[in-house]
Amino acid sequence: MTLLSIDWFLLIEKLILIAVIIFASLGIALYTTFAERKVAAILQDRPGPNRAGPFGLFQPFADGLKLIMKEEIIPNSSNKFLFVLGPTLAMIAALMTCAVIPWGDKIVAFGRTIALQIADINIGILYVFGVVSLGVYGIMIGGWASNNKFSLLAALRGASQAISYELAMGISLIALLMITGTLQLGEIVKQQMQPNHFWNVVYQPLGFLLFLICAFAECNRTPFDLPEAENELNFGYHQEYSSMKLGFYLFAEYINMFISSVIMATLFFGGYDIPFFDEAKHADWGNWLALAGVICLMIKVVLFIFFFMWVRWTIPRFRYDQLMKLGWKTMLPLALLNMLITGAVILWLKK
Amino acid sequence: MAITEIIFWFLSALAVISAIMVVVSKSPVHSVLWLVTVFFAISGHYILLNAQFIAIVNIIVYAGAIMVLFLFVLMLMNLNKETEPQKNLWMKLTGVISGGCLLIILISLIRQATEIKGKIAITKTGDIGLIKVLGKELFSNYVVPFEISSVLFLSAMIGAVVIGKKD
Repeated sequence: MTLLSIDWFLLIEKLILIAVIIFASLGIALYTTFAERKVAAILQDRPGPNRAGPFGLFQPFADGLKLIMKEEIIPNSSNKFLFVLGPTLAMIAALMTCAVIPWGDKIVAFGRTIALQIADINIGILYVFGVVSLGVYGIMIGGWASNNKFSLLAALRGASQAISYELAMGISLIALLMITGTLQLGEIVKQQMQPNHFWNVVYQPLGFLLFLICAFAECNRTPFDLPEAENELNFGYHQEYSSMKLGFYLFAEYINMFISSVIMATLFFGGYDIPFFDEAKHADWGNWLALAGVICLMIKVVLFIFFFMWVRWTIPRFRYDQLMKLGWKTMLPLALLNMLITGAVILWLKK
Repeated sequence: MAITEIIFWFLSALAVISAIMVVVSKSPVHSVLWLVTVFFAISGHYILLNAQFIAIVNIIVYAGAIMVLFLFVLMLMNLNKETEPQKNLWMKLTGVISGGCLLIILISLIRQATEIKGKIAITKTGDIGLIKVLGKELFSNYVVPFEISSVLFLSAMIGAVVIGKKD
């Protein structure tokens, strides 16, 4: 069936895949908020939310309902269009990244082989960088359009923090890309699935550490949550926001956390690779094998998300000059050093 | 009309309209945001030509970094209508005339250029824009200009640090 020279079945297949992935991301982010409160409660030795439903499992729905039902306030002195655009952009940028992530191996359904990845594009990881660098617009536009000094200060902080740490993040990844020799995320996972090939974290421990720290900074998570430092800036860049617009900002943070966990798992921890298990020998398992891979990826992601929360409730926030010093005087030179050493080792091994 | 053609016309219209809005917008912050839209439309054109690397680098560098810095500066400046200097009518007129002259020269140059005459841009195919080919090309045939430009960037960076440093 081709009309306008488009393969409509492919289009429908991709649309279903996009819908599933986006709703799954939203659902996971929803329950991440719940997990965050529970983890915080456990670390602080208290029960946490336990009223709504069994073990408080309906708490995120109650929270969501509360946010939706609250009154929408747009301040009179704000720039109305940009005020609404801010949270929209934050949410779009958070969700767009999931397009290039390989969620699992191919599955066979209705006589079609479906890759569990929306687009395995040639520039893979660069696309992620492009979208991440756009995420800062959501914060900046929202903070400026609120016409509030605290919001503006927080937005500027957020933007300068994101730009500073993007640099170290990019350079720490270059070392990894020199090893893999490709930017396609699907290809990077397949290389790690080879039986005689370890996960990339073994080859790039320093690169992974740098990437992890930068991911914390990019997600505005503690200890880098300077843009929402309550004691200095009241509430940060979303001070003037209420109802679901505030909800979108908070929610985008959790989606960012989820997506960056997925990317770390994909790049450094083998993605949907099942550890100590040779997938190639069990190809006859078909769809079940692909499903096991997806579950395996999700387990890795949950561990990363737990780590994010663990750090948040353990380590206090940096001061702003410490943050900048760490970014420019520690992370960047270390990333450059890592890149140089990796390059030298690759050259030496090839000779 | 093929789907590529529809996308082409849509992106072209978007690019031209946003570019006009950059100039027409009253608020400088709006101008910057329209400029970001222009960059996106141009990146879309690159993708149509299958130059994926240039498309994404255009977004990362221009939309993601340079325009953020522009916004940064504009948001810190207090740009009220009262503080804006009154522009002379004659100044505007000379601006329009000189801009129009430049446009005429550009159009006539493109019309006369024999190298591009009768050539059609290859859409969807061609792999020169893919990162592997581009990288090999840059580091073999064009390695000297590439390295010289990187030295130029380095000297610009050092210069900026020296100027920015308080003595």
